[in-house]
Amino acid sequence: MIGGLELLIGLPLLGAVAVLLLARREQLAAWVGVVVGTVTLAGAVVPWYSTIRDDGRFVARSDAGWIAALDVRWSLGLDALSAPLVVLTALLSWCCLVSLVRRAPVCGFRPGLVSLVLVIEAASIGTFAALDLIVFFVFFELVLIPMWFVIADWGDEEDPIGRRRAATRFLVVTVIGSALMLIGFVLLHVKTGTFDVIALRSLAPRIDHSTQVVIAAFFLFGFGAKVPMWPLHFWLPDAHSKAPTVGSVLLAGVLLKLGTYGLLRFWFELVPSGATTVAPYLGALGVVGIVYGALACLAQTDLKRLIAYSSVGHMGFVLLAVSTLTTQGRAAANFANVAHGVITGLLFFVVGAVKDRVGSTDLERIGAALYARAPRLAVIFAFGAVASLGLPGLAGFWGEMLAMLAAYSPADELSRPTYLTFMAVAGLGAVLTTAYFVVVIRRVCQGASEHDAVPDVEGDEWVAWSPLVAAVLVLGIFPVVMLWSASSSASAGGR
Amino acid sequence: MTLPTQEIDWVAITPPLALVVAGLAALLVDAFAPRFRVGAGLVGLTGIAVAVLSTLSMREAPRSAFCFAGSGLEVPTSCSWLVDDVTIAWWLIMLIATALVLLLTWPATRSGELPSGELHFLLLASASGALAVAAAGDLITLIVAMETVSLPAFALVALRRADRRGAEAALKFFVASVVATAFSLLGISLVYGSTGSVAAGPVATATATGGAIAPVIGVGMVLTVVALAFKVAAVPFQVWVPDTYLGAPIPVAGYLSVVSKAAGLAGLTIVLVRFMAAYVETWTAVVAVAAALTMTVGNLGALRQRHVVRLLAWSSVAQAGYLLVPLAAGGSRDDVTAVLAYTLMYAVVNLGAFAAAVAVASWGLSSVEDCAGLARSHPWIGGSLAFALLCLAGLPPGVVGLIAKVAIFQSAVDGAGLDTTWLAAVMAVNVAIGLVYYLRFLAVLFRPVPSRAQRSDQHLAEDVGGWHGLDRAVPWSTEFVVSVTLAAAVVLSVFPGLLFAAVSP
Repeated sequence: MIGGLELLIGLPLLGAVAVLLLARREQLAAWVGVVVGTVTLAGAVVPWYSTIRDDGRFVARSDAGWIAALDVRWSLGLDALSAPLVVLTALLSWCCLVSLVRRAPVCGFRPGLVSLVLVIEAASIGTFAALDLIVFFVFFELVLIPMWFVIADWGDEEDPIGRRRAATRFLVVTVIGSALMLIGFVLLHVKTGTFDVIALRSLAPRIDHSTQVVIAAFFLFGFGAKVPMWPLHFWLPDAHSKAPTVGSVLLAGVLLKLGTYGLLRFWFELVPSGATTVAPYLGALGVVGIVYGALACLAQTDLKRLIAYSSVGHMGFVLLAVSTLTTQGRAAANFANVAHGVITGLLFFVVGAVKDRVGSTDLERIGAALYARAPRLAVIFAFGAVASLGLPGLAGFWGEMLAMLAAYSPADELSRPTYLTFMAVAGLGAVLTTAYFVVVIRRVCQGASEHDAVPDVEGDEWVAWSPLVAAVLVLGIFPVVMLWSASSSASAGGR
Repeated sequence: MTLPTQEIDWVAITPPLALVVAGLAALLVDAFAPRFRVGAGLVGLTGIAVAVLSTLSMREAPRSAFCFAGSGLEVPTSCSWLVDDVTIAWWLIMLIATALVLLLTWPATRSGELPSGELHFLLLASASGALAVAAAGDLITLIVAMETVSLPAFALVALRRADRRGAEAALKFFVASVVATAFSLLGISLVYGSTGSVAAGPVATATATGGAIAPVIGVGMVLTVVALAFKVAAVPFQVWVPDTYLGAPIPVAGYLSVVSKAAGLAGLTIVLVRFMAAYVETWTAVVAVAAALTMTVGNLGALRQRHVVRLLAWSSVAQAGYLLVPLAAGGSRDDVTAVLAYTLMYAVVNLGAFAAAVAVASWGLSSVEDCAGLARSHPWIGGSLAFALLCLAGLPPGVVGLIAKVAIFQSAVDGAGLDTTWLAAVMAVNVAIGLVYYLRFLAVLFRPVPSRAQRSDQHLAEDVGGWHGLDRAVPWSTEFVVSVTLAAAVVLSVFPGLLFAAVSP
């Protein structure tokens, strides 16, 4: 009954309890967190590897009765769509745990934060692995409370009221979204009599068109609030700017992915004809998000808010790719998902380090000439920024490129002129993105130094960041490692 | 005319009878052996145990009592007392909840704050009425049973010696309740006048073939529902709730929020489903509006509360709104299972929250702010309260609350041919509003414990008594209730299937 995925979910949970029990010995607790994170990361790679070999099938399946009265089964499994995201989750969590070994959070109690990071990791892996809609829903919601605590209790030390407000806003918007999503799930159950994702793949597409449209619309808003899709994004900048570094990393790198993953997994695969009707709206909102994110970034004076708005833009590309309803679009979305996770994770780490040193993320207070004051830190920041703006050869490029390519040839049922327009507007957004990141690099890294030098990147930071730097390079130079598995999943899943 | 002779199935009426007998015995024990302080409590618990056992023994087949034999199809056999599987589920929920409430009152009866004998007698008498509501087969039984719930409850609210707030609260409760009952009596008399019967079968037949008199029956039925809506605390009959809960001894407030509410729901289900099946489209619309208003008013009201008991009072109004949703969806067997499952979850976690409130109040604390750091200074009480709040909010790790809400969503979306999906959307927004106050409370619990100095700064004029430092003890009976409810909530969160197994024997 206990399969590999239960271990992968259970281990971080047990680790979280162990860390709390060791809370009196703070340093030891942090190390226990790293050990648990390492083992989980190693464990996450195994099913990923086998999904690459097993073309399109679900691996590490486990299936047992759970709530008979509601037709809910404890059903888990990974395929090529979810396995990379599980690895991403484990990787980012590992980086967060490592970063907590030497550095205590500015406010709040360190073992508590370590333990919450582990809970978020377990719940996120559970969400990606769930193959029953209600199990998915339970894990989806399980992520929220720990994240709420991370933002509300470990967030911006100068603004206790603001950070609590940001945390609650994040939670309330997500919960409204997920409750709407639940209505969609229940509608699926009413029409087909099952919550099982694999059974639904053949049963659900037979539902009548109008119900499918309703379900697709519920999913659009439900997952859209999480992604976040414009105009439901308003909680994101506050949550990011008030969250501690590890909170921002996990929020951008893992939690946002839960939304896009949900769309990829449940939207087109389960209600294709409804999705076809709703897709142009999703594409349009995605494109608006790209342009809006870029314009909002140009107006930001706070580095964390800026990266948060850039996330809105990046997720716009993912939504555009999802909305094309093609195999290529799905592959692009999945790639852009992972790429955004590693790049934005890296950027938030670097900005967090800047904040530790300068005491603020405000562009004025950070000052100019970081190249001179902390050359290595500045180079890694510039590296993350150019990866984020989509420099060819780095991970971000392929995500945007493939998304726009997918929009060039959307599914036959969709209006091609519409999508060509989307593509053109997205291209404009990409140009604007380049503009704001170049502006930021100029403002922060270059220029004459009037401020004091700050400590450069330290040992533990190298350890925590280097996997992300490596991932950005590998995904940029050999995008095939991801595209391969993503396309095979799509061929098995949809068309 | 000779009265038809009746065979009484004594087993079917054992549970409420056991409660009444135990209540009287508790009164006598307290009167004749006042030194033996735990006596009344032990007698009460024994009575509840007997009631639980006899309820469990009835699980195989439905039973009935006080029946009038009919003559063929024309006049079907009608019984005033019907025990089916739904009744048994209500009984088990009510009995367990009553036992927990009884344990919560122990510290107060031992210290003499509450009179032991009277308290046990009134509590058990009221509970026996609640059981009778769930088994009522005709409208007279129903209204008598409802009054049996209410009358002792008035006294219970006012039971605290030397506290004028209690008397005021009881008066408010009494006046509101009596008005509601008067409406119901009027309704029943209209139904009786127009159908010639108060039993389920004949009334349902008459409503189905209503003809010209149908509007009168309809008005009668709507009025009948008023007293039940009052017990459930559905809008617009929720006004009495906050003041009454605040004035009552806290365990009694817990009783009103769980057992009395469950009695109202059980009665409402009976009246709507058994008597008014013909008007299903009308009453589902009315109940849907009432549910939407109740949850919205409850949640918005709770948002402003700073006092623990007032917060729980408003939250119980909101929860009643959720509980009405499956009835608004048509009240099919699956819908009733959803109501039962949610009530069971609510009974367990809400009494857990009230148990924590009892502990906190015994240290002289009352506001949410006073609970700052409770999860750190008293991990057991604070942790249990936190878990109960998460279950009420319906967020994991309180999985049981989430799953119970899923069942409610399911019956809302699956309303047989009725479109109540809009109600599900309203509930979605309400769940999110509810989060705001549950989590505000939760955050307070996990804050660092304020030091003694900080506290005395805050309470300059007062004694530093309002402090829940490590030295503050908790009576074992309260701790027991806290532990039992926490354990039940955790087990049900891991195996939510048990929740549904427990209510559908």
